[in-house]
Amino acid sequence: MRSLIRLAIVWLAVWPSVRPAVGQDTSAIDRGVRIGIIYRPGVRPGLVMLPRQGAGLDSARAMIARDLDYSDRFEVITLPGGDSIRLSSPAPARNPTRAPSGTGARGGAQATAGTLNYPLYQALGADFALDITAAGDTTVVTLHDVAAGGVRRAIRARLPARGEPDFRQAVHRLADQALQAALGTPGIAATRVLFVKDGKVYQIDQDGAELKLVSASDRQAMSPAWGADGRRFAYMEFQAGRGQLFLQEMATGKRLPVATTGTALDFTPAFSPDGRTLAFSRATEEGTDLYTINVKDNCCLRRLTVGRFSDNLSPTFSPDGQRVAFVSTRPGLPQIYVMAADGTDQQLFAPFDYGVTGSSNAPDWSPDGQSVAFHRDVAGTLQVFVLDVRTRTVRQLTSVGRNEDPTWAPDSRHLAFVSDRSGYRQLWIIDLDTGRIRPLLQQSGARLPAWSPRLSEATSSTP
Amino acid sequence: MKPVSMLLVIGLAAAVVAGACGTNPPPETAPQPNADSIAAAERARQDSINAAQAEADRLAREEAERIARQREADSLAALSRAGEEVRSMLAVMIHFDYDRSNVRPDDMATLDQKVAILQANPDLRIRIGGHCDERGSDEYNLALGNRRAQAAKQYLVSHGIDASRIETQSWGEERPLVDGHDESAWSQNRRDEFEIVSGGDALRRP
Repeated sequence: MRSLIRLAIVWLAVWPSVRPAVGQDTSAIDRGVRIGIIYRPGVRPGLVMLPRQGAGLDSARAMIARDLDYSDRFEVITLPGGDSIRLSSPAPARNPTRAPSGTGARGGAQATAGTLNYPLYQALGADFALDITAAGDTTVVTLHDVAAGGVRRAIRARLPARGEPDFRQAVHRLADQALQAALGTPGIAATRVLFVKDGKVYQIDQDGAELKLVSASDRQAMSPAWGADGRRFAYMEFQAGRGQLFLQEMATGKRLPVATTGTALDFTPAFSPDGRTLAFSRATEEGTDLYTINVKDNCCLRRLTVGRFSDNLSPTFSPDGQRVAFVSTRPGLPQIYVMAADGTDQQLFAPFDYGVTGSSNAPDWSPDGQSVAFHRDVAGTLQVFVLDVRTRTVRQLTSVGRNEDPTWAPDSRHLAFVSDRSGYRQLWIIDLDTGRIRPLLQQSGARLPAWSPRLSEATSSTP
Repeated sequence: MKPVSMLLVIGLAAAVVAGACGTNPPPETAPQPNADSIAAAERARQDSINAAQAEADRLAREEAERIARQREADSLAALSRAGEEVRSMLAVMIHFDYDRSNVRPDDMATLDQKVAILQANPDLRIRIGGHCDERGSDEYNLALGNRRAQAAKQYLVSHGIDASRIETQSWGEERPLVDGHDESAWSQNRRDEFEIVSGGDALRRP
């Protein structure tokens, strides 16, 4: 009821100005201050992390808190005075006025969590309270539904020791499970971003940790692209004007050249969602055109476009695999086009004003199929745009500095991109729903990011 | 020559007479030079004359060789000077407008010169590398660099050069000529480079 009133108040107060403001690039650098943020269709649920201390818990707790904050789906409530004020049980806060006494408590968490002072947390604006405890070698994440006054879910996991290669991904998966329990939608904590720096492919966790070199070649690498299963990626190696495509296994680092590539300039690989087909661009005497090859059997090269006097490049599959968005220079400057996956029915995708709109490049089709992100030349610099696939309307997402090469997170609401808004080119992440922007990697020279799909336990393991 | 042999004959006769009448006191004649020593001296003289002659001949020969070598070197230098000149004419880059791949009118003379060089040197094969500035999209620039290399190649081919003598490649924005983030750097980086693949050892001037 309270939240309904709150929603109504916010709705009435900001309605006329809300729509154009949502998802806009209003702050140059996220200052950690969020005022009047609107979560569609209403206010984001409040989440409070219960203070706990314990060996090994601190880092897991901090990581999960950060993951849930970075999901941009909660108002993360910081307790006044931080962890020094203990608002939770077990000992002092046993409130007899409204103790659900186990009615909503499922799972085995109540033994350690006790009951919470739910009205107090509700007064703080919390819809959920998250408690992280340790029981022997098992970590227990307990999600309290504050409004219902009980435990919504207790998740138990045996985490690898801190410092083990899989520790962080295991914690990220816990955060995703907690988010799923609270909201019913999967999170993006257990994901990574591939990118290129100094001609090498690197990976980094979505929270900015675990930066790691993944390409072993001396040649210049470009354009990494994930397979939909997260087990491998494709990329291009550039040498003496030639480009060869490779597939590399994430777990083993084993890499295989893609058949027929490397004698010409082959670039911008993109996996089909079923992983059987790799689409790519090939530059020849005739210009640049799109091809597909069967990477399951390493055969059957097929040409999708015959540009002749135009270039066609940068393919990206729709999540159902039926269509391919790509860049074509047929209107004179590069713009975003779309075709059926067999190369038929080629047509303009992102509208533009002839002679007015600048070049548009680097399309990436969102995993939910509803949007295509790309960058467009605006007044001599690049800005990230999003095309609504259904209405075929575009909106500009960024306006500060140069912003390019957007790549979708699996939740289809976050984008990683390259921006020089801080003075040099680095990787940033924007949440389209709130407009919040945060740096992913504060190192100069990173480019061509590719956000992974959700990484399961099997795919995230490192040798 | 004649007096010398006369003297030699007299000398020899005197020696025979002296030998035959060994018991007789030697006649009171002026002491005769030793015939052997005369012959030796004569030989030495002759040798020195011969040697001088040989030396003179050798010097003359060497001088001639030196002159010949010099002439050859001079012509080689001239040849390689011409080669260098042609080489640097061939390496002159052409430039492009932002996000464009058409040959600019002010670069046509540069390309015409390359046509002439390729015509004067039928064994010459070249490679054209297309480059872009950092302003455009990283991946699109690979296609644009390819267009720029193809544009120059098309120009040369349309002016009568066999297409098989010209390779092309694109470097996108990966090899900037000038580091910098202003129009001055960008305009220099939007370019085609020309290099010799083969047949560039003795380039003739067109």
